[in-house]
Amino acid sequence: MEFIIGHYNYWVVIFLMMVGLYTVISRGNLVKKIIGLNIFQVSVFFLYISMGTVEGGAAPIIAEGVKVYSNPLPHVLILTAIVVGVATTALALALVVRIKETYGTIEEDEIHNLDHSL
Amino acid sequence: MGNHISLLLVIVPLIAAPLVAVLPRGRLPWATSFVVSIVCAVFAGMQLWSVLQGGVISYELGGWAPPWGIEYRIDAVNAFVALIVAVIAALTLPYALLSVEQEIPEEKIPTFYSALLLCLTGLLGITQTGDIFNVFVFLEISSLSSYALISLGRSRQAFTSSYQYLIMGTIGATFYLIGVGLLYSQTGTLNMQDMANILPTVLHLNTVITGFTFIMVGIALKLALFPLHLWLPNAYTYAPTVVTVFLAATATKVAVYVMLRILFTIFPQTFTIATPADELFIVAGMAGVIIASVYAIYQKNIKRLLAYSSVAQIGYMALGIGFASTTGLMAALIHLFNHALMKGALFMAIGAIIYRIDSCRLDQIHGLGRAMPWTFGAIIIGGLSLVGVPGTAGFISKWYLVTAALEQSAWIPVAVILIGSLLAVVYVGKLIEALYFKPVTDNGKVVTEAPLMLLVPTWGLALANLYFGLDTDLTVGVAEQAAAILGGMKP
Repeated sequence: MEFIIGHYNYWVVIFLMMVGLYTVISRGNLVKKIIGLNIFQVSVFFLYISMGTVEGGAAPIIAEGVKVYSNPLPHVLILTAIVVGVATTALALALVVRIKETYGTIEEDEIHNLDHSL
Repeated sequence: MGNHISLLLVIVPLIAAPLVAVLPRGRLPWATSFVVSIVCAVFAGMQLWSVLQGGVISYELGGWAPPWGIEYRIDAVNAFVALIVAVIAALTLPYALLSVEQEIPEEKIPTFYSALLLCLTGLLGITQTGDIFNVFVFLEISSLSSYALISLGRSRQAFTSSYQYLIMGTIGATFYLIGVGLLYSQTGTLNMQDMANILPTVLHLNTVITGFTFIMVGIALKLALFPLHLWLPNAYTYAPTVVTVFLAATATKVAVYVMLRILFTIFPQTFTIATPADELFIVAGMAGVIIASVYAIYQKNIKRLLAYSSVAQIGYMALGIGFASTTGLMAALIHLFNHALMKGALFMAIGAIIYRIDSCRLDQIHGLGRAMPWTFGAIIIGGLSLVGVPGTAGFISKWYLVTAALEQSAWIPVAVILIGSLLAVVYVGKLIEALYFKPVTDNGKVVTEAPLMLLVPTWGLALANLYFGLDTDLTVGVAEQAAAILGGMKP
């Protein structure tokens, strides 16, 4: 029981990670794949952020009477990773727009058929 | 200047990239990128020279001392890889002028060069930095810009192959990120050197082993290690020629470098050897050499043929890594350099053919070798080097690879390397047969030799294949130093 409750943040992370990865692999719709990719990335953000928490720690701002602070470094790293994630999503969506323009569809199997019926 | 070179190598292309994007159309964006690439190549050369003279360069970004600040730590390993990337860029750009003018719509040319410079920034950054999170950031800079570059290819498959690469590349990078997070949670540091010092005390923890696995899988995706190579053939086939040349010669090489760093600098070699990682590299490498070479034989598109050959060549590097011995690492590093030369030369020569006939189908190039003797000559040299004929660079890397395998009496890998070379004879032979021995298809077009602007860089690389096949002082010398730094525990 302790194992399950004590690690609940990791269970959340693992659940989101699997949901994301499964969506990327199983869905044939290019936009849904991107959504899955986003969920997958967000799970990693959670992993980092929950790791940085120190029990009983305050936000890492120097104040009188506060002795224990959470580790701010993972948060900073994740700010960078979020920016990277946004850029990736933007680029992926831009590609989907172009695919829709040239193929007229965003379903993977239909695109595959179009390319191989030539 | 002094040590600032290490930073300038990243900063110069980074600052030039947005500048190039806003330059007026015409040849100015190209000229600027060309100058930047030359500057980078000179800096990388100076950096390697000073590392070989004076040992390790440690550059503290913004004056923040490591392990808190980001440190650029340059030794023979990354100085060597940085030089490969910068020199290939400097050779690709003169080639780019005509090829890009033909393949890319005029209004997109400035942004094309901007993305190319960003890609260069990312690749050089990965080689320079001594911080594992920083590696992720640079990895994504180079990846994102290469997705954009690939999507600029002329056929519509360029979009889908770029999308496919984006999905797989992002999964790979995110796996790397998970691994870094897990390692950070146990060591509390991101500096490679610092982590290497702390890790031995926590190696028994499952978290560390999990982190190691995530990083391995993530980087294996990025370096297109068989069977995680699925993105590579499409990406290389449908990308604009210049992008194929540049990425084929640099992107996977940099990923190999990251792999070497993680396996041998950050983690102690005893750990790497104790895990199944080294055996997996040998198995994946052997499978890649054989299966990808067989695939290459059946391709009808010459770019795709060479792309599958690239997957096979990555298999050779994986074998070198898997042997985990000094000779094995030397072989991997030498092959990293030599493969950049041969694939660079071959893709450039193929690009010259595409420039003339506007097609890369094997049945469209019949008899062109006689119409384009110089291009054909470069293909022959590159092809021989790919096979590993004595006197070419490819022979040197295969020689060291076989030596490394023999040292450990690993007979199966030796056989696989030899079979791989024979398969290379077949697919290179198919190329040469089509170019020279098949009768010219008469479609009324008169094909002439490629323009000088394309031939000079192609021949530069082709001659380098011959030069480094005869004079191995630079490659073997540097690889020896680099392998000594990385270590390698097995004899």
